[in-house]
Amino acid sequence: MTDGDRRRGLDGPAPDERPTPTGRRNEQGIRIDPAVEATHEPRRTVISTLVEHEPGVLSDVSGLFSRRQFNIESLTVGPTTDEDRARITLVVEEPDPGIDQIKKQLRKLVPVISVRELESDAMRRELALVKIDADEPAQVSAVADMYDGKTVDSCPETATIEITGSRQKIDAAIETFEQFGIREIDRTGTTALARGIQSTAAPASTTESTATEASQPQNQYAPADDD
Amino acid sequence: MSERATSVTPPEEQHDDQNQDQNPDAQQPQRDTEPDEFSAPAGETRAEPVTTGAESVVRALENAGVEYAFGVQGGAIMPIYDALYDSEIRHVTMAHEQGAAHAADAYGIVSGEPGVCLATSGPGATNLVTGIADADMDSDPMLALTGQVPTELVGNDAFQETDTTGVTTPVTKDNTFAADPDGVGTDVSEAFALAREGRPGPTLVDLPKDVTNAETDAEPDAPETPDTYEFTEEADPEIVAAAAEQIETANRPVMLLGGGVIKGEASETCREFAIEHEIPVVTTMPAIGAFPEDHELAMEMAGMHGTGYANMAITHCDTMIAVGTRFDDRLTGGIETFAPDAEIIHVDIDPAEISKNIHADYPLVGDADTVVSQLAHAVERSPQATKWRAQCQQWKSDYSMAYDAPEDEPVRPEFVVEALDEATSDRAVVTTGVGQHQMWACQYWTFTEPRTWVSSHGLGAMGYGLPAAIGARLAADDDQEVVCIDGDGSFLMTLQGLSVAVRENLDITVAVLNNEYIGMVRQWQDAFFEGRHSASEYGWTPEFDTIAEAFGATGFRIDDYDEVADTIAAALSEDGPSVIDVHIDPQANVYPMVPSGGDNGQFALAEDQL
Repeated sequence: MTDGDRRRGLDGPAPDERPTPTGRRNEQGIRIDPAVEATHEPRRTVISTLVEHEPGVLSDVSGLFSRRQFNIESLTVGPTTDEDRARITLVVEEPDPGIDQIKKQLRKLVPVISVRELESDAMRRELALVKIDADEPAQVSAVADMYDGKTVDSCPETATIEITGSRQKIDAAIETFEQFGIREIDRTGTTALARGIQSTAAPASTTESTATEASQPQNQYAPADDD
Repeated sequence: MSERATSVTPPEEQHDDQNQDQNPDAQQPQRDTEPDEFSAPAGETRAEPVTTGAESVVRALENAGVEYAFGVQGGAIMPIYDALYDSEIRHVTMAHEQGAAHAADAYGIVSGEPGVCLATSGPGATNLVTGIADADMDSDPMLALTGQVPTELVGNDAFQETDTTGVTTPVTKDNTFAADPDGVGTDVSEAFALAREGRPGPTLVDLPKDVTNAETDAEPDAPETPDTYEFTEEADPEIVAAAAEQIETANRPVMLLGGGVIKGEASETCREFAIEHEIPVVTTMPAIGAFPEDHELAMEMAGMHGTGYANMAITHCDTMIAVGTRFDDRLTGGIETFAPDAEIIHVDIDPAEISKNIHADYPLVGDADTVVSQLAHAVERSPQATKWRAQCQQWKSDYSMAYDAPEDEPVRPEFVVEALDEATSDRAVVTTGVGQHQMWACQYWTFTEPRTWVSSHGLGAMGYGLPAAIGARLAADDDQEVVCIDGDGSFLMTLQGLSVAVRENLDITVAVLNNEYIGMVRQWQDAFFEGRHSASEYGWTPEFDTIAEAFGATGFRIDDYDEVADTIAAALSEDGPSVIDVHIDPQANVYPMVPSGGDNGQFALAEDQL
């Protein structure tokens, strides 16, 4: 500033002459009790949403995640027993306040009917197709068997194995297949439903169709085989 | 606008009504609808049955009680304009779609009802985006209708095709691509209702030309939100009771009013609550006018350029009753030093705002007016805060906003703002652009009524002021003056709007606080970039008074203090638009100032404290 003669600004006690409060907040806006300074660590969880089956709803949801910088691991979408509704299953990794925000922001989207974070015991399945060099077909087949895999295509050069299960199981299978040489993989991302008679994601007044859908026996696996 | 005046007090004196005949050509729509416009079922109006999608769209607007629409013509929106030709809705042809969106936004702020803007496809729609984003950030009710290329061409990169719903998804509350002529009217009804209900915001309906041209006799449904849209009116009584106890036992309570107080028509309830329990009141920028700034309890605006006393109050309070605020970073400064000793009672209609930025110890989700009334019933005794109130008064004198204005120096902008305030009534509406002039308007105009402060808060869109003044003028009562306090940079962005103001003979007064700088940037460059004035220095600006005359408005110029009062009086007495080019002290800066992410309690009073 070029004004040498007169100090420009307002009068009053300078910053260092003012009282200061003793407390602080952490970066999540929570007041810190110095004795128990709690920071929330990110955790991975599954959020299931029931949405109106209409154009644009998928981009509404995915756009929300990108513009609010929510950390998303997978997103799957598919029809339900009600042709007007679709289910979107999201796997996210965020600290607790972030997970709360995700649920609230999803609920704000007009085409979103309901949002639910699934319990840790929920059934979660993912499907992967793994295309492998088939130089050693017997060994490939043995590894596939180990992971309940199914050979869906084979030719002299390659074999393509379908693996279904939890994310951890598929990670493990892929790691094992790496010894043969993996050409390509495609994974669906996690699909999930709540166990037993609970509805996975339904409006407060559960409609008949969603209740039926959720209570249908869904998995051909023993309840505890994967999770 | 039958519903809106509920919270506005009648003018204390009757001005001679210079504006009465300002629009002799304008047909005032004769409406005899019930106060509850939902009670008029669709299809029972006296008008002719609809025959096309476009007529159904216009009928939806009429059923919703729309009186004004702001827009610009163009190929894909022509069927809508053709249907408007026979409607009593008054269309204001704007000079640019950005102006149409800002005018609709301001109309929504002043009236409380969604403002309507129209644009054609492609560039028309993209030009609206700034104004839509502005409404989204500030939760202003607005409905945008955009033309679109015929459905069969969508996706082909046709002439003037833009994926409008795609472009606007992040900046609208909801948007719809109207695919069906029988449903297009109801799409518009629903979008109107969504813009207004719950937390307000902008909605958009994209209207392909074949859909609006198509034959249909489908009358639109009444304006109601879709079943999947829900919001809560009343907060959880248990949390209300706990919050009330916190208030009763507080020693250093503060009310922090946000824009939601005005949108939720809760100003009166908040005033009564604060006054009854003698709680000092701080406002955010969008809440200016929610509490009378001349009241003893008023600490005025807090945040980056808030008053020192407001920032001291929010920093040192032990209990904060925050109503309808989203704790924007310009308010909070650094999160870790924001009201660090305070238990936060947070009232908001949007659950996603609770604990988004600042953790709420008492989350109260619901309508601002309803929840503050709940609190008022639950609080049985006032907090013991005599010492605190005395401290707040002490801060008001310690950190006075008084400034030096030596007569032999260039005119201080603060002085001009105060002179304009003095020359106008209490209910005068102020619009602004964005920058230093906006902050001086916040700081030095004494606002006492809700819906009289119209600005671009969250988005900070330069150029907002003049088109906003156009929208505000049409929403305001005739005896409310409309003053646009603008900056030279902001005014240059949208001054083509003068052609609209002149054509429509709108009585608005624009005061351009001209320092030949992008002043706020210049101030930051001085403070943080070693005075390197990169691209902030005009060094020359056009003569805004001469420009005004060329448009057919009346131009004035102020260079010295002794011209201020008379020139303002002359400009205000003009019936049509007038522009005052006020050459202010180019070195004037805005203080107090909390640097981005800083500690509110450590606000700087001058550059040497930054």
